[in-house]
Amino acid sequence: MTYTNISGEKMVRVDMISEDLLASMTSAEKIRMILDGVMEGKILVLERGLMPEEEAKLIEATMVEISPEFVGIEMESYPAKERRSLMDRLFGRGKSQARLTVIGSPNQLKTIKKDRGLITALISEV
Amino acid sequence: MGMWSSLRGRFSLWVGKIFGRRSVKIGIYGPPNVGKTTLANRIIKDWSGEDMGAVSDIPHETRRVKRRRDVKINVDRSSIKLDIVDTPGLATKIDFRDFLSYGLEEEEAKKRAKEAAEGVIESIRWLDDLDGVLLVMDATEDPYTQVNITVIGNMEARRLPMLIVSNKIDLPTASPVKIIEAFPQHTVVPISALKGNNMDKLYDDIYEHFR
Ligand SMILES: Nc1nc2c(ncn2[C@@H]2O[C@H](COP(=O)(O)OP(=O)(O)OP(=O)(O)O)[C@@H](O)[C@H]2O)c(=O)[nH]1
Ligand SMILES: [Mg+2]
Repeated sequence: MTYTNISGEKMVRVDMISEDLLASMTSAEKIRMILDGVMEGKILVLERGLMPEEEAKLIEATMVEISPEFVGIEMESYPAKERRSLMDRLFGRGKSQARLTVIGSPNQLKTIKKDRGLITALISEV
Repeated sequence: MGMWSSLRGRFSLWVGKIFGRRSVKIGIYGPPNVGKTTLANRIIKDWSGEDMGAVSDIPHETRRVKRRRDVKINVDRSSIKLDIVDTPGLATKIDFRDFLSYGLEEEEAKKRAKEAAEGVIESIRWLDDLDGVLLVMDATEDPYTQVNITVIGNMEARRLPMLIVSNKIDLPTASPVKIIEAFPQHTVVPISALKGNNMDKLYDDIYEHFR
């Protein structure tokens, strides 16, 4: 979604979505919100990313929409950090922690470098 | 899945394996062009003399999941029977324009993009029906791609065994160390599926992890 400022320059909208808001949504709601947002040209920053199963569902939903006009999403997050206690490990319980995630249209969001502790990306208007 | 059905599933898998009746379903996953089909062909050729599917330097060559049943792998004095499942490369974006640079006509490129997207969906659906995964990465490329992170996360969440295959180590710019550093909690096996380097080590690890 491009906006213009007072001097007529184009600007990109970034939505920063809190962990709490995400936690209050169902998987289907999250995926719809992300896909609609990307299609509208927003850049989305999720404080805490999706669970791995949700990431897979998001990719699936993205693929359903692929067309010459919609080329998919650019998504960047860090590998999950396992934060499970010994008891959880023993009993196979507990979930690995989803982490900060940035999502946008591949036409707008370009990752130029990614390593263990730093994701560097460029954002442009559509 | 409930605890009981999960236990029952595990038990019947174990019984099947002990008596050598049931094959272990292994999915070969990864981004496009990393050498999944080349690896599937190598494994099947090594143990049954046949081929699995077409290989190409154009991404999204495999657009349908293919399963080759009952491939028996001998390790030392023991053996393991595998179903080898070659999957279409996973991606979060597919732009038909990318195929034009490989010399495809526009219509052909659009068709390939559509089939590739369907292939990704099929790959993801297969995750629910596997006993283990070989996640293939191109050792000349950055390992921290979203596809790699998503596959690893899904394997960890499903508690399924997984081996990371660091492919194309025959190339001068290959850096399997980068992959090992990126995913320290997993076993990484450096190979060349094309040249056949280090395949014995991979078969040993397959036996150890998926048995
Ligand atoms: N140098 C080198 N090239 C390889 C190796 N393995 C595969 N390749 C080449 O990489 C390209 C892609 O190989 P494929 O086996 O088709 O890759 P894929 O992962 O099945 O690709 P998709 O089906 O498109 O997802 C081909 O040109 C292969 O010859 C390897 O170990 N070394
Ligand atoms: Mg292939």
